[in-house]
Amino acid sequence: MFTLIAVFAPLIGSVLCGVARPVLGRQLAIASSILFMFISAGAAITAYRAGVQPPFAVAHWIQVGAFTPNWTLRQDQLSLVMLVMVSVVSMLIHVYSVGYMAHDETPQRFMSYISLFTFAMLMLVTANNLVQLFFGWEGVGLVSYLLINYWYDRKAANDAAIKAFIVNRVGDLAFAVGIALAYFTFGSVNFDVIFAGVTAHVGQSYALFGTHFPVLEVISFLLFIGAMGKSAQIVLHTWLADAMEGPTPISALIHAATMVAAGVFMIVRMSPLINAAPEAMGFITVIGGSTAFFAATIGCVQNDIKRVIAYSTCSQLGYMFLAAGVGAYPVAMFHLINHAMFKALLFLSAGSVIHAMSDEQDIRLMGGLGLKLPFTCAMMLIGSLALIAIPPFSGYYSKDAVLESALAAHTAAGTYGWVCGTAAAGLTAFYTSRLFFLVFTGKSRAPKHVQDHVHESPLVMLVPLLVLAVGSFSSGFVLKPYFIGAQFQNFWGNSIAVAANSGMLSMESITGLAKMAPLLLGIFGILVAVLFYLLVPSIPGRLAQGMAPVYRFLLNKWYFDEIYDALLVRPSLRLAKFAWRNDDQVIDGVPNGLAALTSDASTQAVKLQTGSIALYAFIMLIGLLVFVSLFIWVK
Amino acid sequence: MNQLGFPILSLITYLPLVGAFLVATLGGDGEKSACMARRIALVFSLIVLALGVFLWTQFNPGIAGYQFVEVMPWLSGISVEYRMGVDGISLFLILLTLALTPIAILASHGIKTRARSFFAAMLLLETMTVGMFAATDFVLFYVFFEAVLLPMYLIIGVWGGEKRVYAAVKFFLFTLAGSLFMLLAVVWVWRNLGTTNMAVIAHANIPPSAQTWLFLAFLAAFGVKAAVWPLHTWLPDAYGEAPVPGTIMLAAVLSKMGAYGFLRFAIPMLPNASAMFEPLMFVLGVVAVIYISYVALAQTDMKRMIAYSSVAHMGVIIIGLFTFTVEGIEGALFQMLSHGIVIAGLFICGGVLTARGQSLTLRNLGGLARNMPVFAAALMLFTLANMGLPGTSGFIGEILVIVGALKVNFWVSLLGGAGMVLGVTYSLVLVRAVLFEKYARPDLTGLKDLTGREYAMLLPLAVLVMWLGVYPSSFTHAFDAPIAALVQAHTAALNPHTAIAMVTAQ
Repeated sequence: MFTLIAVFAPLIGSVLCGVARPVLGRQLAIASSILFMFISAGAAITAYRAGVQPPFAVAHWIQVGAFTPNWTLRQDQLSLVMLVMVSVVSMLIHVYSVGYMAHDETPQRFMSYISLFTFAMLMLVTANNLVQLFFGWEGVGLVSYLLINYWYDRKAANDAAIKAFIVNRVGDLAFAVGIALAYFTFGSVNFDVIFAGVTAHVGQSYALFGTHFPVLEVISFLLFIGAMGKSAQIVLHTWLADAMEGPTPISALIHAATMVAAGVFMIVRMSPLINAAPEAMGFITVIGGSTAFFAATIGCVQNDIKRVIAYSTCSQLGYMFLAAGVGAYPVAMFHLINHAMFKALLFLSAGSVIHAMSDEQDIRLMGGLGLKLPFTCAMMLIGSLALIAIPPFSGYYSKDAVLESALAAHTAAGTYGWVCGTAAAGLTAFYTSRLFFLVFTGKSRAPKHVQDHVHESPLVMLVPLLVLAVGSFSSGFVLKPYFIGAQFQNFWGNSIAVAANSGMLSMESITGLAKMAPLLLGIFGILVAVLFYLLVPSIPGRLAQGMAPVYRFLLNKWYFDEIYDALLVRPSLRLAKFAWRNDDQVIDGVPNGLAALTSDASTQAVKLQTGSIALYAFIMLIGLLVFVSLFIWVK
Repeated sequence: MNQLGFPILSLITYLPLVGAFLVATLGGDGEKSACMARRIALVFSLIVLALGVFLWTQFNPGIAGYQFVEVMPWLSGISVEYRMGVDGISLFLILLTLALTPIAILASHGIKTRARSFFAAMLLLETMTVGMFAATDFVLFYVFFEAVLLPMYLIIGVWGGEKRVYAAVKFFLFTLAGSLFMLLAVVWVWRNLGTTNMAVIAHANIPPSAQTWLFLAFLAAFGVKAAVWPLHTWLPDAYGEAPVPGTIMLAAVLSKMGAYGFLRFAIPMLPNASAMFEPLMFVLGVVAVIYISYVALAQTDMKRMIAYSSVAHMGVIIIGLFTFTVEGIEGALFQMLSHGIVIAGLFICGGVLTARGQSLTLRNLGGLARNMPVFAAALMLFTLANMGLPGTSGFIGEILVIVGALKVNFWVSLLGGAGMVLGVTYSLVLVRAVLFEKYARPDLTGLKDLTGREYAMLLPLAVLVMWLGVYPSSFTHAFDAPIAALVQAHTAALNPHTAIAMVTAQ
């Protein structure tokens, strides 16, 4: 019951805020969205405290043959944990947005969208079948599109929004076909039926590309391709950095804490199925590890404060998939929750900086803000330490667990993931410190009029920061015993299936240098950043010149966008023009040509006046009568 | 006589005809009589809509066969009877027609010349369309099927845009050429089966060799109507040139006649030929989805872009029908309803701009979200439904067809579903060009948001889109019995042994 309230309260808030503004007025409309968000968060916590319960049936949805996904709220431990995280983080960001969007023209539209987003995200995490999960999945994608495009008169925002939707839909197509194949295999799309049927279908094969594959592998691959789109993994990652065109609270809520983690959540949710697909798991591990490393390298050279954090998000999502790929699902969830806290904190702090800097986002034009924005600086520091994974901040506990699980899996993919992830840990420390130093230390490089304007944000923005900072500091050691400690089986119950050969179970076997490597590399990364940006600031410039090809390669994000543009986007547009010409002249040309040959009807017809139309109609009527008579006459 | 004690189907069918006579004989000229004609047409269409809703409440979804059956002697010399009836397949297509006619009449506000004739033609169109969906005798069906052409031809040819005559003649020649083949099929059926009662001929044992020829005849007739690629080229011209109310009826209702024909005749009557032509139909469907989506992307005019998107959706419907699975066929049927509502909404949105004196060239639009937020929300909703977003009507049909197609073939499912990606592309390009970015021209800033009349058109459609998307069971419920029977009969006809096994198992 409380789950129901938690899920649907944001929807009510969204509708009230979006539709009832003419009646309520702007202030009351915004207040109603905040109020319903508080109700949602309160209900979510109550539902969590009430503990695991059977699924709550809301209504029928589709009922065709055995295809019966219904509106049902799942209330197992995994759903409840996500329910609390999403509603609480969303509530904080709602509050923050009141301050951040105060100078906007249509703040009620913004609030309505993020409430709608929260509803869709909660539907996703409480789904009891694949199709409802897909509903939430597409719903959050839609609101993400609307919010990236929030300032819709900007060309860049339009480009980014359309790109995000299309790239996501590529993944979603695979997801939808995966749902269909799951239904074909298990005869149902409900989670419990699917999970119960896994063992019975282990040996079953499915013909594809002229050979046979285990059907469970095919389903897992298809679902994971969907997850790659939503969670911006390498190949389908290009939309995430561009999505930073949206307002900053959105970057925090959607493109860091919740929506982009949906792919990880989905893989964890499907863990009983994924466990039965070792090849797919290897693939997930490799993609996760590669993304962690690849995105971190790009993060090192970006100059837009939000893009640096965006690539960091991409990289951290890679860590989560790395954990999921070696079967350490609770570790993936642990990192997901910690990441939600500290990444929301980092983005909101960045928002506070941008707010203070009159909407400037280029870190080369910042500097020396530490004294002017002491509170924001402190918050950013906490978030950065959590991201770099310095003990006792939260990132330390989960990132180390991810890497240890990967190494302990003793598979080629796992070891590859460990190497990538450990290297990425050093890079993470470097780019995070670089960002911090460039923004908060040294002399200000901003124009005079911007400098004069710098001011600390209002209280309504700072309080959510404080709450998230407390979370970022403590979520690691507070949650560790439950999420991945000895008690983890009790905590997660049967909501997550950890296979017996999962790397997670032998995590303790990793000791010595292998265990210390990520932390040591992290400290090394910080020291390099200290050297580059505090002690000898001329090094980065010289390095960029000396290694120009590498620098350009990273600055241009490994040229993914350029390659896609040349291989996919432009050929598609050309193909469209060609298809149209073909349709207009060749296919349509046949009947038109025939008509011209026989009676020159098409040219004659154009000459006809409306008056003769009636005559034609009359002839048609006669014709119809002739046909009927002919029919009778044939007898 | 049927269970209600009065011939409700004939009443629904011919009441608009009475209205058409009334409107046509109305005296007077100019603005005043046009207004009067519109009101009469609206009242008649609303009365039959009410009757249609009453029909729905009395409908028993548990029965697979025809209900509210009316039989009267007609061409008794040749043993052809006047037969009407509805089942779960035709019920909602009739309701779709009844619901969209008043909306199309509301959308006819801008028709000033020969207004009385126009509204008479609209009511005539309603009679013919409903009659076609309610007919259960092949000859009667054929007569209505052909008669639909007449008012539609006039609506395009007299009240259309610049190239109206070309478009009207093209529409007429294409559909008539196709229908001639159906006439041959009618004659064949009547001579060889001795009856044209659709309930009987659906289960007739037709030799496989004859099935092939009959199927080709149906493909010509229904393929043109359903705008199956490559028989679709009349459609963009007709949609583009017809006046908005004409486009609504054409795109929302008349385009369903072809798919209905396949479902009603080709699939149950010709199981062997349907199975034989299944790969061809899949190829045509996939080509429509992929190729036509690209064509849509290249369009520079809002109306034409929507028209091509309509052809692409027809591909999905064709794929669903020929999966011969319960999921696929119900998905196709659902997609027919959803597409009717959504495409009407999209064309009305185009009409809203036309009514404000704007051309629909995409280059000349833009930035309308600022001054017309409600219009923007409506256009957004219908666009989202058009690209199959879950929660809207478009998704249900799409996912059911994907699921049904996967039971047959992985690649049909994947490629047929490719509309999910390509549809997003042209849809978002469309909303961007109309609603977002800066104003293309300064005079766009003065446009006013929706009027009360436009609310009356768009709001019911928006509600339907959400209703179909969130609670589709209220519709699919009625499909279950006839579609299950259809699929079972199809399997049984192809494989007599399994049929016996199924009977004994029960």
